[in-house]
Amino acid sequence: MIGISGIVSKIVDKYQEDRGMLIQILLDVQSGLGWLPKEVLTEVGKQLGVPLTRVYQVATYYKVFSLAPRGRHLVRVCMGTACQVRGSPLIRDRVQQLLGIEPGETSSDMKFSFETVNCLGCCAMGPMMTVDDGYHGHLTIPDVEEALEKYK
Amino acid sequence: MEKLISLEIDGKEVKAREGMTVLEAAKEAGIEIPTLCYHEKLEPYGACRICSVEVERGGRTQVVASCGYPVEEGMKIKTRSERIDQIRKTIIELIAPSLSDGGVVGKVRELADEYGADTSVFMSTFKATPTRCILCGQCVRYCSEVVAANAIGFVGRGVERRVVFLPERASRFCPTCRECYEVCPTGKIAAETDGSIFPEFSIDDFLSGKM
Repeated sequence: MIGISGIVSKIVDKYQEDRGMLIQILLDVQSGLGWLPKEVLTEVGKQLGVPLTRVYQVATYYKVFSLAPRGRHLVRVCMGTACQVRGSPLIRDRVQQLLGIEPGETSSDMKFSFETVNCLGCCAMGPMMTVDDGYHGHLTIPDVEEALEKYK
Repeated sequence: MEKLISLEIDGKEVKAREGMTVLEAAKEAGIEIPTLCYHEKLEPYGACRICSVEVERGGRTQVVASCGYPVEEGMKIKTRSERIDQIRKTIIELIAPSLSDGGVVGKVRELADEYGADTSVFMSTFKATPTRCILCGQCVRYCSEVVAANAIGFVGRGVERRVVFLPERASRFCPTCRECYEVCPTGKIAAETDGSIFPEFSIDDFLSGKM
């Protein structure tokens, strides 16, 4: 079994230890682990020669990074302007009701994490929600349950 | 021999060396420009904009942050004007609410008086927590650029942006350094840290949602 330093060094090598690729490296590490534990941030900083303060600055700035464990499935509801006017608050409330967790939380069975985001980049399809890599657009309240059912 | 550049600041002929910033040239000529995020040992940051000045070129004026703006031959600078004073006044008014906990004191207070800023004008609309920090980044940059300890850094963004200590670095470097105490323009660091530990604002406090 490879440890954290092995996982990180493989990814860091892929980017030729380029400090400018810090965000991309963190994204890659996170895609494997689901979140970014402190040990990983420390290891990335060490291997890239970037101070840990800087790594934290980047990791806490972007919403895509999670510094707490996340569930197996990640539900993101778009709260951007276009989705907002098409009723995304109702979609958010429905997700909250079905999963029993608030935005930013993870269910106690570690099955779902729920987040709101400011734009998913496909405003014409609003209101929008993503579950892992799957995009669900033009949502109605009954659609939410249907979409989530597949992942339960 | 370095190339000398001549420019005009507030009607005064000033000679500057190539590569200097407008702020440095003014300082050498004895003309004072207020600053909050500038520190002579640090790279220009341009965060506070309080050092904004008017640059006149070809009959048009432009407002620039003097701390990071390089001098150019023949440029005409105005460090005070109605427009500049209005900008500085508004900046102070916008900064003031984040200080309201400890009161608007020190350098920001002096500037507020100088520019006639009403420090309470945005208080009622301010929704974030007053942290006594204006995010000038002097402590963060000083710790990184001068001390090279990297014990203190920025986290989060928007109204949640904070300055935090990393305990594992801080415990190693801070007890014998503490130079950021002096650098902080609002006095937050000295007021909220007790000795060698930093209970009020460490990365762990931020991640656990305590700040």
